Amino acid sequence: MSILVNSNTRLIVQGITGKEGTFHTQQMKAYGTNVVGGITPGKGGTTHEGIPVFDTVADAVRETGANVSIIYVPPPFAADAILEAAEAKIPLIVCITEGIPTVDMMRAFDYVQKQGVRLIGPNCPGIITPGACKIGIMPAHIHMPGRVGVVSRSGTLTYEAVHQLTGLGLGQSTCIGIGGDPIIGTRFIDALQLFNEDPDTDAVVMIGEIGGTDEETAAEYVKHHMKKPVVGFIAGQTAPPGRRMGHAGAIIAGGKGTAAEKMAIMTEAGIHVVQSPADIGAKVVEALGH
Amino acid sequence: MKIHEYQAKALLSKYGVTVPRSHVARTPAEAREAAEKLGGFPVVIKAQIHAGGRGKGGGVKLAKSLEEVETIAAQILGMQLVTHQTGPEGRTVRTVLIEEGLHIKKEFYLGLLIDRATSSPVFMASQAGGMDIEEVAAHTPEKILKEIIDPTLGLQPYQARKLAFGLGLTDKLVGKATKFMLALYKAFVESDASLVEINPFLLTEEGDLYALDAKMTFDDNAMYRHPDYAEMRDLHEEEELEIEASKFDLNYVKLDGTIGCMVNGAGLAMGTMDIIHHAGGSPANFLDVGGGASQQRVENAFRILLADPNVKAVLINIFGGIVRCDMVAAGVVEAARNLGVQIPIVVRLEGTNVEKGREVLEQSGLNFTTATGMKDAAEKVVALAAA
Repeated sequence: MSILVNSNTRLIVQGITGKEGTFHTQQMKAYGTNVVGGITPGKGGTTHEGIPVFDTVADAVRETGANVSIIYVPPPFAADAILEAAEAKIPLIVCITEGIPTVDMMRAFDYVQKQGVRLIGPNCPGIITPGACKIGIMPAHIHMPGRVGVVSRSGTLTYEAVHQLTGLGLGQSTCIGIGGDPIIGTRFIDALQLFNEDPDTDAVVMIGEIGGTDEETAAEYVKHHMKKPVVGFIAGQTAPPGRRMGHAGAIIAGGKGTAAEKMAIMTEAGIHVVQSPADIGAKVVEALGH
Repeated sequence: MKIHEYQAKALLSKYGVTVPRSHVARTPAEAREAAEKLGGFPVVIKAQIHAGGRGKGGGVKLAKSLEEVETIAAQILGMQLVTHQTGPEGRTVRTVLIEEGLHIKKEFYLGLLIDRATSSPVFMASQAGGMDIEEVAAHTPEKILKEIIDPTLGLQPYQARKLAFGLGLTDKLVGKATKFMLALYKAFVESDASLVEINPFLLTEEGDLYALDAKMTFDDNAMYRHPDYAEMRDLHEEEELEIEASKFDLNYVKLDGTIGCMVNGAGLAMGTMDIIHHAGGSPANFLDVGGGASQQRVENAFRILLADPNVKAVLINIFGGIVRCDMVAAGVVEAARNLGVQIPIVVRLEGTNVEKGREVLEQSGLNFTTATGMKDAAEKVVALAAA
């Protein structure tokens, strides 16, 4: 009924005692996520929000059997937090932090791959399997359990799409925000593969934006392998070239990564591309033949 | 952050990248002095603006005497230099670089940037130097050599040699080019650059290699560890409203339409611009107020939006996740009151505390148009902007 996270997820929070970490730990717990521990170096042995705190990720994993870690650590220290989680071989690492230097991120992701673990983000809202497990900062109440997968580079635009789906009575299997940075752990193609193999996902919404070529790569996969309808939207159709649109990765560089180009390739691959973000939900209904 | 050629050359030379001798000048008299210090002719006078295509636009000229240096510098300083990258209004030239003339044998291209597909740095080299590399990439991509660099290992000498051989260099020049490329890579990584371009990468008749031009852009996310780079920022090269926005840590990009947009989240902000376009209007800006938008931030954002004289109506589109709608509404009301806003404002709120947010707007006594859904909001604001 989902990908990557479910009711068996045992979560630890890196940066649990910080302001962000504290607030979102409360929110995740309230949603029913099984938060088994937190990490703040120097505060090991204490408890925070009723959760045991450890000095290192290795300690936390040994004591709690955690299988997912979420990172709420400020940008200068976030790459180090990813490395520590990868060293402990946590199978899934979710990094929320925005603003990590690219050089740090390239090295951290290189190590993540060598350790054979999965990273989601950075600069993302996280991942949620509605009704079972929320790992991130998304507003939980807009979600509804169901059979549509959502994968997106944007935060609030994902909320918009989910809100439309829920409003139309279409629940979600799992929603993943993959993040708006140029270097990210999980890409569209990875998420699409997982949704394709998930027996409880019937259709996928993919929300891209200008910059890079990940949407094009994913379209190639959809064309040859996808067994389920995919509805797509690309943000930034009116963005000027050479300007960074908020996200570090949202930039049309050297004439590459335009919305028009991505939309054409996605359409050609059989993806149901909508021009307007207001039409995402309705298009899913249509694609499912409801 | 972008920097000027003269700043990039100064930085690169600290890492051992060979650059021609040069001096910066801001007046014709300084230009003359600079040429005197160089002690030989010809010298090259190069306009310093953040845009390519300076030569074609008349911003790069050769001078053969001190008198000529002064005359040409007087022409270039203060000119509105128009290139294919500046837009029709061009950029005012405030600084020139006076550089020694070299005996050109061959011009190559070198570039370093982040390859998103492989999450690694990539070193590019081409024999088609001195030309617009985007043109080369579009029409003859086979003329661009690429070496993907392992981010943990860094550029290895054998990779640099491969590129040097690929450029057709032989004998001693291979070693010189390798040294040059390794220095360039070190500068790229240690300065947290997102782009370094040497175009042209020059081979002289005497058999020396130089960065004849240099373009550098830095990763904004890493600037906290380079506090000394702040002084290289040239505010003359930026939009006034964008500078103002950056003081408040707001993501604002000025566009040329008539509908001001205030949105939370970059993706939703782009999506809002797109839907305005589909409704027949044109966005005046991109503006992301961010996730943790406080009332103060919303007020500042509002002020910056309204300072653009082209703005005929404003669309506020907030999907409350972390940020609460009632807080946003309070900020909007406060700002609209403080600024005495006259133009129509359409507000679309959704998410956490949306009912409370709408109440705040309705009870404010101000003339807000509320909308349900993005489509409704876009149609309403386009109609109001046209009225």
